Amino acid sequence: MTKRISTISEIANPIVEIKGLNLFYGDSQALFDVSFNIPRQMVTALIGPSGCGKSTLIRCLNRMNDLINGLRTEGSIKIDGIEVLDPELDVIAHRYRVGMVFQKSNPFPKSIYENVIFGLRIAGIKDKSVLDEAVEQSLKRAAIWEEVKERLHKSAMGLSGGQMQRLCIARAIAVNPEIILMDEPCSALDPRATAAIEDLIRELRSEYTIIIVTHNMQQAARVSDYTAYMYLGKLVEYDLTGKIFTAPSHRETEDYISGRFG
Amino acid sequence: MNSISQTKQSKNNFLHRGEPWVWASGAALAFILVMIVLLLGVVVANGLPAFWPKDLIEARLKDGSRVLGEIHRREINGDGVATVQFKVGNRDLLGLDFKWLSQPEIISESRPVDAVVLERREYGNFFGYLQKTDGAKAVFTDAAGRIKEIALIDIIRSYRPNRMNLLDKTGLYATRLVELLWDEPRESNTEGGLFPAIFGTVLMIFLMSILSFPLGVIAGIYLREYAKPGILVTMVRIAVNNLAGIPSIVYGIFGLGFFIYGMGGAIDQLFFPQNLPTPTFGTGGILWASLTLGLLTVPVVIVSTEEALGAIPKGIREASLACGATRYQTLTRLLLPMASPGILTGFILAMARAAGEVAPLMITGVVKLAPTMPIDTSFPFFHLDRKFMHLGFHIYDIGFQSPNVEATKPMVYVTTLLLLLIVVLMTGTAIHLRNTMKKRYTLTDV
Repeated sequence: MTKRISTISEIANPIVEIKGLNLFYGDSQALFDVSFNIPRQMVTALIGPSGCGKSTLIRCLNRMNDLINGLRTEGSIKIDGIEVLDPELDVIAHRYRVGMVFQKSNPFPKSIYENVIFGLRIAGIKDKSVLDEAVEQSLKRAAIWEEVKERLHKSAMGLSGGQMQRLCIARAIAVNPEIILMDEPCSALDPRATAAIEDLIRELRSEYTIIIVTHNMQQAARVSDYTAYMYLGKLVEYDLTGKIFTAPSHRETEDYISGRFG
Repeated sequence: MNSISQTKQSKNNFLHRGEPWVWASGAALAFILVMIVLLLGVVVANGLPAFWPKDLIEARLKDGSRVLGEIHRREINGDGVATVQFKVGNRDLLGLDFKWLSQPEIISESRPVDAVVLERREYGNFFGYLQKTDGAKAVFTDAAGRIKEIALIDIIRSYRPNRMNLLDKTGLYATRLVELLWDEPRESNTEGGLFPAIFGTVLMIFLMSILSFPLGVIAGIYLREYAKPGILVTMVRIAVNNLAGIPSIVYGIFGLGFFIYGMGGAIDQLFFPQNLPTPTFGTGGILWASLTLGLLTVPVVIVSTEEALGAIPKGIREASLACGATRYQTLTRLLLPMASPGILTGFILAMARAAGEVAPLMITGVVKLAPTMPIDTSFPFFHLDRKFMHLGFHIYDIGFQSPNVEATKPMVYVTTLLLLLIVVLMTGTAIHLRNTMKKRYTLTDV
């Protein structure tokens, strides 16, 4: 049932290699034999109707699914050649390399400063100058420094929705990961805040590999280099974003993108 | 027509907006507040004035006899006769402290300036006149002219209330209140201070908190964060919820059987065999009473910990783990601080309940009069095996077990007031702590 994807061979030196991934919640299967490679320092979008397994898939990449009881996986996910699904994997170290931004912005009830350095603090870094530097750098890269630099030690709960989400991105990049997973990062934001986050994603592409799950096809078209279309737990089509949106090779993809379905 | 539909609509609005319910809940709250104020009012009004030095009145009766004492109450009795209640003191001479006189029998009332009030170590107050002092003794006469010799050492305080001005009386009043807080009780608790009971109550609540709070919080954390959901966990949870509803006397009996006879008995066998058959730990004591109350309060702490942890959004845990935190780091750095207001709320409720419990204490270590304190200056300073006094039990004891009910009435009220004050003070501190935590770790916009 897998569709072999022509572009896989074109991706040189992929950062993520997924092969034959099956995932089960108890008895029901949520992902069916998903295989594809994700390129380094590009934005890859996962699109598809609700419940198609895109969030489940990216949560495999940082082992967030470990929290769910009765979840079982088969197959292989390699990030830089290291097997992610290996039960012996040092999950903590792995999550430093694979950051995540969630659908609903979830800053901690602490100051903006403490939010950004949360990952560094728990890694045991205490040097004030290092932390200060990390805060400034991360907030600048997340394009929120100018807005919050006067109130770093105020509660993060006073920020607007869009600012909170950018703060969460700053928190994710503060530990300098290689990959940032974004699970519908703009779905709870207004159009202006969404535009700000999208600009940010395009900026971050130069340093990080970004994998973004989105419901919004225009967004996928705007920000991503590669797009994967998933349906009912299967990878239907995966290609350059331009090709998916202009000349999809599958009927289902075309139906979904053109709004006839989904 | 228009106005009719308008009134109909406004009536509908009134009902639909839920106005009656708003009013009903407002009224319920107001009612509760009024009741609390009333309770405090009754306690204060009956307790505190009793320590004010009253004037001594000498009444001359129709039969020629004289009565000297403080007037406590005037009322009309069942036959429509006005009566006066005199506190005549002199229990050693008269047998009873109080006497009812009917107003028509009284020819005159006067305030003799020489009348003396003695507060004594035994037999309560003496009202009379000083005749002469003789070395270590003093000779007094009472209103009827009977002579009474009293050793000076038995006299705690003497004063002439009818000569005192307002300032003198205020000073004496203050001294008495201080004495109430810091002195030992006298005369089977009807007089003197309450210090051992205050100390026992506070120490017991403190010990109870130290024992039950960590246990409850840790158990709650385990149930919510670490235990795999299943039949066993569900059973444990149901059991914990039900524990909160068990009558406190049952806890007392459990404490007696398990802690005192079981653990205390074993400790005696192992460490104090030389004292047997006199028990050291195998009898009621403040440690066992605190443990028993700890058991009583632990379910509330467990439930509130679980609820508080459960109320934290999933996003916080996910974000923390995604940042590379371990579950333990997530727990200590985020979940516990965020849950602390909720945990403290449960703890406050538990503490207030424990402070007011008497029944389980009566069989696990409270006594009417403890000769020694659980903490003192003799090695090893902490004597947690000792029996102790408690304000709640004190209320029961002097209010309902005392032979001299009239004399102890003000003490009952004052003890109640003190117990309430201690509970308010301790819960107030905890509430302050909770509000600080809430301000720091609230999830809503500030």
